[in-house]
Amino acid sequence: MKLSECVDVISANVLVTGEDMDLDVHVACGADLMSDVMAFSCSTNQMMLTGLVNPQTIRTAEMMDVKVVVFVRGKVPDRGMLDLAQEKGICVLSTPLPMFSACGILYQNGVKGKGE
Amino acid sequence: MIEPVKLEYKIRGSDFINAGEASSGTKKALNRLGVSPAAVKRAAIAMYEAEINAVIHADGGEAEVFIYSDHVIIRIIDQGPGIPDVSLAMQEGWSTAPDIAREMGFGAGMGLPNIKKHSDDMSIETEIGKGTTVTITVRFQV
Repeated sequence: MKLSECVDVISANVLVTGEDMDLDVHVACGADLMSDVMAFSCSTNQMMLTGLVNPQTIRTAEMMDVKVVVFVRGKVPDRGMLDLAQEKGICVLSTPLPMFSACGILYQNGVKGKGE
Repeated sequence: MIEPVKLEYKIRGSDFINAGEASSGTKKALNRLGVSPAAVKRAAIAMYEAEINAVIHADGGEAEVFIYSDHVIIRIIDQGPGIPDVSLAMQEGWSTAPDIAREMGFGAGMGLPNIKKHSDDMSIETEIGKGTTVTITVRFQV
């Protein structure tokens, strides 16, 4: 699913434009525990949905080569975090949907979890 | 023998804004040197978890990175409280981290297990009241 389509189906606001807005998103993960995200180095998660709003979410995305971070429940990070994401070339979205619904809608539209 | 590329970083304690800078710099350097993306990711994750541990538990420390042609050695050195029981600390889910670490998405007892999982070799030297050195080796070819 194209990143631009992901933005539409979860009614997201684009807070930081990533390097590649035409990115095809195949694999995503949803987590508030960053160590859980990093438990799998072989994962090819391109998108991370999270309710955790702090700079370490952007750092984790950087280490894991995650291209898109989606903050759920309408959370909006501060300027410092957005600048950090911009510097790292990471796209940042904010959706009003809660975690479960946002993940469910993306899944229904063809975005899968790791190893599926 | 060719001299390794050496990188050094200061890790500031309880600084959750800049925590990860050392790992970020190392990741960039490995990428620039043309190391395979899979190996870069493993090294970055292992170092990042170790860096976060130093921020959380030891009021910071130092990172030393030695990049050779076929592997990287990462050393995170702190003068923190030491680890009383390393085998317990290696168990997934066992944690002594304060709430602030959990608020940052860490401190769930996954740090050391994650480092082990992503490295080819990991060693911990620790002394109570003196500090801990975690040495991580990641080879570039599987």
